[in-house]
Amino acid sequence: MIWEGLRKAVELLLALDPEVLRITLLSLKVSGIATLLSVVLGLGLALLVALNEFPGKRLVIALMNTGMGLPPVVVGLFVTVLLWRNGPFGFLGILYTPAAIILAQAVIATPIVAGLSLAALQHLPPGLRLQILSLGATRRQLVWLLLMETRLPLLAAVMAGFGGVISEVGASIMVGGNLKGSTRVLTTATVMETSRGNFEVAFALSFILLLLAFSVNALLTHLQQRQGRR
Amino acid sequence: MSRETLLQARELRVRRGTGQVLEVQALDLRAGEVLALMGPNGAGKSTLMLTLAGLLPPSTGGLRFREAPLQSRADREAFRRRVTMVFQDPLLFDTSVLRNIASGLKLRGVPRALRHERAADWARKLGLGALLDRPARQLSGGEAQRAALARAFVLQPEILFLDEPFSSLDARTREALIEDLGHLLADTGTTAVLATHDQGEAARLAHRLAVMRDGRIVQMGGLREVMNHPEDPFVATFVGMETLLKGQVTACHDGLISLQVRKGPGTREVLALGEAPSGQTVLVGIRPEHVALSLQSDNTSSARNAFSGAVTKVIPHGPVFRIELDCGFFLTAYVTAQSLSELELRPGRPVVASFKATAVHLIRREGLDTQV
Repeated sequence: MIWEGLRKAVELLLALDPEVLRITLLSLKVSGIATLLSVVLGLGLALLVALNEFPGKRLVIALMNTGMGLPPVVVGLFVTVLLWRNGPFGFLGILYTPAAIILAQAVIATPIVAGLSLAALQHLPPGLRLQILSLGATRRQLVWLLLMETRLPLLAAVMAGFGGVISEVGASIMVGGNLKGSTRVLTTATVMETSRGNFEVAFALSFILLLLAFSVNALLTHLQQRQGRR
Repeated sequence: MSRETLLQARELRVRRGTGQVLEVQALDLRAGEVLALMGPNGAGKSTLMLTLAGLLPPSTGGLRFREAPLQSRADREAFRRRVTMVFQDPLLFDTSVLRNIASGLKLRGVPRALRHERAADWARKLGLGALLDRPARQLSGGEAQRAALARAFVLQPEILFLDEPFSSLDARTREALIEDLGHLLADTGTTAVLATHDQGEAARLAHRLAVMRDGRIVQMGGLREVMNHPEDPFVATFVGMETLLKGQVTACHDGLISLQVRKGPGTREVLALGEAPSGQTVLVGIRPEHVALSLQSDNTSSARNAFSGAVTKVIPHGPVFRIELDCGFFLTAYVTAQSLSELELRPGRPVVASFKATAVHLIRREGLDTQV
């Protein structure tokens, strides 16, 4: 049956099945944007925590680390309630749209990116910051150089964030609703096909998901290793 | 030295938490000089260095650079572009040696071709000419510190801060690097502040010396002055005046002081130059390098002080040997390997230790009676 699924996946891809293509592209788009958002927010948060001393810093770090393990269904529940018609952000009218999935996935990925980035930044030699400043760096140049010094683990953080959301199903199904042609992504479609007993199609979608995750991570890894030889 | 004062610190205080970690009343750094900050770990050398380098804003007090006060963050940022610092850890970036050396120039917007040319030039001056394209992480400890020095020198800093730059290097690498740094500082006339806990390092590189303890400067002055005329027992031991004996002035005439030193059984008479009232209690300090050893008393020697005694310990000390003696009081001397074998020095060997009256330094401070 797995073999059949693999054959079906190749068939669907080669035939450029419009539905599969749409689902795949939507998955890539939604998780890509969510990852991008999480990088901006997570990296910003990590820098803020790493470069400043303030009371309660340890607590913030502990919260960030806890956030790395946020259960997607819990995130899905909260985002659903917030975006519900009568909820505080109901006026946005984005529940059961791709925007809602992006929001939920960004909430899941941000602590992952933040936690791993912070760990990377904290792993730098303690004197490096003063060294960079003593070479005449402005605050912006300081941040840039610190990011360059942590580029390998930072890319790993991005990969972990993307991996976390591209494979996530609970939140996507709750806030997106798996609506055909609108919010159906690879994971939600796989769940649906499995529940219908269409194992071949489910396997096919799974293989495409794996291929997608692999391709994006291969690209990031290539970037990471090329940078490493700089 | 009556040269221009580059950096002036007044009433500098740094607090951390509830405690005060630094209090420096006044410090002037003159153009072209190398000032060494010496002191044990925790004396405040690094804190003072970071404050002077504009990397740590003082809690109170302030700095003036070329007469202009450094008050705002912008002042300090502009100041940081004109000075630089080398730390104990080379802290190189994860890139090639050349790019590391050029990094400060890049931050200043120097065009690529020009900054690489200048960086390569300084790499060669520090013996890294063949390693330009090597990843910095593959350098040995000594090479990495050379790269860090090149990265600093290429900026032509108006003040170079060196925070124990040789502490983590092995003895041979350190020797070679101190030698090269000495030449570079002299050739470029760079003004520098060097933190170290090694008196040898200070002696070879510095013109002036400030000895620190508990966040304060205990004594500051010319290198020889502080080394040979420490004002208190702490400074004396720290600058290598290994023999410190409590003595009492018994007589003084024609600029020659007779002292009785009391350590162990019996008393011995030591002669020193200067004036002192009879009965005054003083500390008698003698540097090991000023003590000569022989097998018998030499009447032709100009040394006023000669004591027979016996070797108690022979300790290798860098390129020389440190000899501990019992002459009725504790005394140390340095000898070369050649003298060691010629005099057959070993524990129990009787010798005569001699030193000139000019080599005897007296520390006269109130409260010595109770202090020692």
